[in-house]
Amino acid sequence: MKVLTAFVAGLLFGGGLLLSRMADPQVVLGFLDVAGNWNPALMFVMGGAILVGAPAFLLMRRRARTLAGEPVTLPDRTRIDGALVLGAAIFGLGWGLSGICPGPGLVLLGGLTVQAFTFVAAMLVGLLVAGRLRPAYK
Amino acid sequence: MLPTAWIDALLGGLLIGAAAVVLLYCNGRIAGISGITADVVSGDTGEGAWRLAFLAGLIAPAFVFGAPDVAFAGNLPWLAASGLLVGIGTRVGSGCTSGHGVCGLSNLSLRSLVATATFMAVAIATVYLVRHA
Repeated sequence: MKVLTAFVAGLLFGGGLLLSRMADPQVVLGFLDVAGNWNPALMFVMGGAILVGAPAFLLMRRRARTLAGEPVTLPDRTRIDGALVLGAAIFGLGWGLSGICPGPGLVLLGGLTVQAFTFVAAMLVGLLVAGRLRPAYK
Repeated sequence: MLPTAWIDALLGGLLIGAAAVVLLYCNGRIAGISGITADVVSGDTGEGAWRLAFLAGLIAPAFVFGAPDVAFAGNLPWLAASGLLVGIGTRVGSGCTSGHGVCGLSNLSLRSLVATATFMAVAIATVYLVRHA
């Protein structure tokens, strides 16, 4: 059952990235290019997602259970540390270079292009390397 | 009348929000793509391999209906550098656009707000430097 719901969640997410054009690097770069011919459409992606997500998370903070009644622990909401800010900055630099963040990168694999495979392969290396170094910064 | 692109963006955003809600209420998990991917490549596919199922669902629409025919920004070394930075940064910062941007902000997390403001600001500055400096 959990495999099925995870698959459905993935389908919704992947479909949303395609429909919203978040998976098009040029659209993303156009959104990030506030000094150029700025394309604000992607604000509606995050807006739409939070419109659905915020009430659901609000309710989950009180209920703290899945629909099946299993306990849910939500992530820490207040701890601000150097790793958080440094990591976010490194991510922002990488995102700004290509206009591709992790979800769209994976979705673009469907185009079977050498560019998409190159990006994702490098991303997986980065995830693994930083994961190995985790004890040093956590 | 809103431009079509805005409506598609909004509808796409609603789908992404729905994805996060399904994973939260059915699996008790945060739909953070960098974290889920990192766990899978580290060999932790999760109970019942739910992480693999999520990623399979994520890429299925693009494989079935075809990924959009996009123009990539930069050559292969540029894309490799970008991917490496995205991988390192999201691991060190514990999340990406989905985990911090969608789920964290939905959860009114100050931590995710700081992360999202930081990666947005640096990405905007990076695009400015590449295109206009």
